Amino acid sequence: MTTTVDPVTRPPAAGAPNLTRSALSVRRRVTNQVALGLIVLALFVAVIPLGLVVWSVLSRGGSVISWEFLTEDIPNSFRRSGGGVGPAVIGTLIITGMAALMAVPLGVLGAIYLNEYGKQRPLARLIRTMADIMTGVPSVVMGLFIYSAWVLLFDARTGFAGALALACLMLPVIIRSTEEMLRLVPDELRQASLALGARKWRTTLTVVLPAAISGITSGVLLAIARAAGETAPIVFVVGVTTAPNWNLFSGENTALPAQIFRNASQVFEPAQERAWGSALTLIVIVLVFTIIARIIANRFAIKER
Amino acid sequence: MTAPDPKVETVTASDRPSVSINAPTSGWGAVGVDTPQAAGAPVMDLRDVSVFYGNYEAVRGTSMPIRQNQITAMIGPSGCGKSTILRSLNRMNDLVPGARVAGKVTYHGQDLYAKDVDPIQVRRRIGMVFQKPNPFPKSIFDNVAYGLRINGIKGNLHDQVEEALTGAALWDEVKDKLKMSGLSLSGGQQQRLCIARTIAVRPDVILMDEPCSALDPIATGKIEDLMHELAKTYTIVIVTHNMQQAARVSHYTAFFTAEVDDKQVRHGRLVEFSETGKLFTNPSDKRTEDYITGRFG
Repeated sequence: MTTTVDPVTRPPAAGAPNLTRSALSVRRRVTNQVALGLIVLALFVAVIPLGLVVWSVLSRGGSVISWEFLTEDIPNSFRRSGGGVGPAVIGTLIITGMAALMAVPLGVLGAIYLNEYGKQRPLARLIRTMADIMTGVPSVVMGLFIYSAWVLLFDARTGFAGALALACLMLPVIIRSTEEMLRLVPDELRQASLALGARKWRTTLTVVLPAAISGITSGVLLAIARAAGETAPIVFVVGVTTAPNWNLFSGENTALPAQIFRNASQVFEPAQERAWGSALTLIVIVLVFTIIARIIANRFAIKER
Repeated sequence: MTAPDPKVETVTASDRPSVSINAPTSGWGAVGVDTPQAAGAPVMDLRDVSVFYGNYEAVRGTSMPIRQNQITAMIGPSGCGKSTILRSLNRMNDLVPGARVAGKVTYHGQDLYAKDVDPIQVRRRIGMVFQKPNPFPKSIFDNVAYGLRINGIKGNLHDQVEEALTGAALWDEVKDKLKMSGLSLSGGQQQRLCIARTIAVRPDVILMDEPCSALDPIATGKIEDLMHELAKTYTIVIVTHNMQQAARVSHYTAFFTAEVDDKQVRHGRLVEFSETGKLFTNPSDKRTEDYITGRFG
């Protein structure tokens, strides 16, 4: 006899598989909770130092920042307050900018060679290995290298020498990160383009690069941000100045990391304030460049939707 | 849909010179096939073609014609080399390291593998549609315009894009969203977009490598209808796993199989090539019969 029972509300038939969570073994449920807890914990552990850095720099450097601080010349005295880090801001901008100008095209082109042309050829493998080794070279060693290869040769510390050192530091990072991004571009896209009668350079330029541009930008930005914060090569090869120097090729220069280093090691309050202010300025500069580069990359990038 | 009668198709296809899409456009590189030819005349010809990957002979000794304005299907089990042969027709195999083609592939009498032949020029005339829809991550418009732009084709880009999308039976579905990404379309639409992209550069021959294997039956039906339309203008070679599809759409069918030689190495081989109707109703080879009747081991 069939009674009209709603199949949704009907109690489960005897012997029907129990699909509720309580049917899982205790071990599985505990493992799940423990793993979840560990992941959340790891997240907090990772975020805490990051938050502390930002908070301490903001709280201690925030009060220092002013238009005068960003533009005025560097005072000779560590003891007196006043003055600013204007020359270091200018130095950081033009030295890092010049370094990026040299390293980004070279690095991206090198990565294109490695992934699109060289592949597993001996030369490509050699370059890949060398790039990996270069990534591990400490920045102080790179500074010394430029010091002996460039500064001693011309007998002058200049902003350009600093740019060279930073470019050498950025290059391997850009090459390897860009290559990874190019590798992620599906081969089907290259084939589709080639099947339409496109030459390889055009396929690379109009299909492969746009498809990878957002990842390439991320890698390049990481390299630039790291280079902007490098202290050792700057101290070695750029020298010191207290007045702004817009010329990369003559005269000593300075940069924000060097100012942080110089001032933070002093016991005097005004110097330490300047160090905090410089740190915050550097962070903001890197942030602004990141945002600008993202906007540019988004314009080139092809929309997914 | 029933298997088309090649003779009937021949009559319609002979109208070809009057089809506007074939009219030579100014500013257009001479395609070399402007002279109208009788439908059914061989456009391409394979003579004893073998394809090697390194020392491994993937397909051996294939001889068959590809006829003008006809759909030629290649069927056979996996690993029988039908895709390999297809890709040797527009030198896409060049992209595989170590791939080599022996024998002769001719296109309008020219050896495609002659020393001075530029594979780019070959691919501009012999287009390809791939198994997995692979639109560029660009807008729908840019996807179709891509081939036109790289080939430096002048004239009204928008009109030509519209014409190609219309030709691929996609215009009505996308005309209001040409700026949207090609990836936002459904699988079947993406595949028709890829076909539009291919016909936009007005090739002579279109190679299709299992174009419907990733599509549902409705989308498949649309692509098949489209193939009949396209055959009026183009010569089509299609690789398919689906025997019913070969029977439905093609005029000629080549059946490939994989054979193990005395050294226990598998090679693809062309078993039989004939008119589709004959191959499916009265195959002359026992292996063909076993395959099409489902008795394949």
